[in-house]
Amino acid sequence: MKLIFEKSVPGRKMTLLPACDVETVELPAGLRRASAPALPELSETDLSRHYTELNQHVHGVNCGFYPLGSCTMKYNPRIDEEMAALPGFTGIHPLAPASATEGCREVLDTAKQYLCEVFGMDACTFQPAAGAHGEFTGVLLIKQYHLSRGDTKRTKIIVPDSAHGTNPATAHMCGYDVVNIPSAPDGCVDLEALKAVLGDDTAGLMLTNPNTVGIFDENILEITRLVHEAGGLCYYDGANLNAVMGVVRPGDMGFDCIHSNLHKTFATPHGGGGPGACAVGCKAHLAQFLPQSALMDGEGHIQVRSFAGNFLVVVRALTYLMTLGREGIPEAAQNAVLNANYLMQKIKGTFAPAFDRICMHEFVLDLSEFKKQTGVSALDVAKTLIDYGMHPPTMYFPLIVHEALMLEPTETESRETLDWAADVFRQLFDLAHQDPAYMHSAPHNAQIGRPDEVRATRTPVVRWVKA
Amino acid sequence: MNFPSELKYTKDHEWLKMEGDVAVVGITDFAQHSLGDVVFITLPQEGDEVTAGESFGDVESVKAVSDVMSPVSGTISAVNRDLEDAPENLNSDPYGSWIIRIEGITGTEDLMDAAAYEAFCAEEG
Repeated sequence: MKLIFEKSVPGRKMTLLPACDVETVELPAGLRRASAPALPELSETDLSRHYTELNQHVHGVNCGFYPLGSCTMKYNPRIDEEMAALPGFTGIHPLAPASATEGCREVLDTAKQYLCEVFGMDACTFQPAAGAHGEFTGVLLIKQYHLSRGDTKRTKIIVPDSAHGTNPATAHMCGYDVVNIPSAPDGCVDLEALKAVLGDDTAGLMLTNPNTVGIFDENILEITRLVHEAGGLCYYDGANLNAVMGVVRPGDMGFDCIHSNLHKTFATPHGGGGPGACAVGCKAHLAQFLPQSALMDGEGHIQVRSFAGNFLVVVRALTYLMTLGREGIPEAAQNAVLNANYLMQKIKGTFAPAFDRICMHEFVLDLSEFKKQTGVSALDVAKTLIDYGMHPPTMYFPLIVHEALMLEPTETESRETLDWAADVFRQLFDLAHQDPAYMHSAPHNAQIGRPDEVRATRTPVVRWVKA
Repeated sequence: MNFPSELKYTKDHEWLKMEGDVAVVGITDFAQHSLGDVVFITLPQEGDEVTAGESFGDVESVKAVSDVMSPVSGTISAVNRDLEDAPENLNSDPYGSWIIRIEGITGTEDLMDAAAYEAFCAEEG
C-alpha cells in the first residue's frame, strides 16, 4: 500500500475549508517559513479511499476478537462517542469565559467525583496524558509527600518481578532506586521477600492487583500494612482495574494513590496511538500535591500538562460511568472475570494455564511443555491465530512465565465468541502436532507475513522523506 | 543445542572460560535461543567491579530485556565493544562472542560443567 505522501499529486485540491470570515493577519517576516510544508495533495475521493484502505488492513475490536492480555481491548459503546462529539464539548476552549464552560467543568467535576468513588480515593486529576505519564505523576506524589516532611532518606521503590515494565521505569525516572522482589510461586507478592527489603529507605511500593498473571493477591491488606509500617506509601497501577471496578476499591486495599487509564477501562478506543487520558487519584494526605491547571483551577497549582488533559476522553468516561451506573460498573467487572474463567476452562486440556486456579479478568497460558513436544513456540501460535481472524494475545509477558500467552477476553464478548475462540485454540493445538512447519511460517493469509523485527527495532524507518 | 565441554556454566545461562587468571564471560547457546534475536546490548566499563550472581549489563531481544549476570566477582579488564554494533553475533556465535573479561577474581558462583548444564537446560525446557 502506498503512503498518503506517495499518492499526492501537485496542485490536486479539495474545497473543504469555508471562506475566511475574519480579518486576515500576517505573521512577522521572521516567523514565516521559507517554503510551504510538504503536505499531501489529494482529492476527497482518494483521501477517503486511502483511510478506508488503511482501515481494511488493521484488526480492531470492531473487526473481531482481540484478547490482548493486560490491555483490556473491549468494545466501546457508541453513545460514548456520540457524547464526545457534541458541539458544546468539541467547540469549547479552556480559556473561554467561565460562563461559557460551566457544562464542561461540571463534566470534569462529576467524573472526578464518580472515579474517586470507584478508586476509594479523596481527590483526582485528569492532567496526565495517558498511563505512563499517570504512573510518573503518582510516584511524584509519593516523592513530594516524603520531601515535604523533610524525610530525605527514602530512596527506594519496591516493584515485584511480575510488574509491568513501566513500573520500574517510572520509579527510575522519578529518581528512585528500584528494588525488585521475586514473586511467590502463585505470582503473588512473597511476604517474606517484601519484609526483607522494607526499611527506613523505602519510599513506596508499586503494585497491580489483580496482578499480571490475573490473580487477586489475597494478602493485599497485609502488604499495604507492612509498607505503611515501614513509613512507605503504596501506589496502585490501575492497568487491571477492569477486573475489580465497583467491586473492591484500591483505596480500601490500603493504597495511597492510583492511576487509571481512562481509555482502557472507561470506553475510549485505544491502541491506535491516542489520545488516551489518565486519572490519578489519591488519599487526602496527598491531595495538596495533586497537579491541576493553574489557569482553570486557580494560581499556585503545579501542572504536569496543560489545562484539563484530554477532555473528550473524560467525556467518554463519564458517559460510560453514567450509562452503566452503580449496578452496571461492578456487573461489567464480574462479567470480565466470568468470561476469562470460561475461556480458560474451555482451553484447558490443550494449552496449559500457568496457574491452574480461578483467575480474575485474564489468564496466562504456559506453552513451554507444548513447545518441547512440538517445536511450536508461543510466537508461532500467536502468528497462526492471525490466519484464523483473531488478534493474538499478549506474548512473552509476564516474564516470570516462559512461552507465555496472556488472554483477556473482556466482558463485551458473547458466549458464542468465546466458544469459537476456544475451538480455534484447540484446532491450533492439533495443528501443531500434525503440521508444525505451517505454524513456523504463519501467517499465510494476512497483509504481511513475518516482519523483520530485528531491523524494525534496530533501524526503524518512521519518517517519510521526500525523494 | 551446543554445550562445549571446556566451559563452565551458570544457572542464569552464562558461560565462563578461564584463561590463566582471567575469566572470559558470555551467554550460552541456550540463552540466545530462548531470547530470540538480540537487537541491543548494554555493556559495562573497563575497570568496573562485578559481583558473582549480580548483573553487569543487559541484552535486549525482540521479546524482552534480560540482565546478564557475572559468574565471578572481580574487576572488568576488557569489554567486547564490537557487540554494540553487531549484537546479532550473540545469536550466530554465542561461544565466540565473549562479552567481558574479569581479572582479580575474589569469588565464584556455583558453576556447572557441560554435562550438568545440559541436564539443567533439559529440565528448564
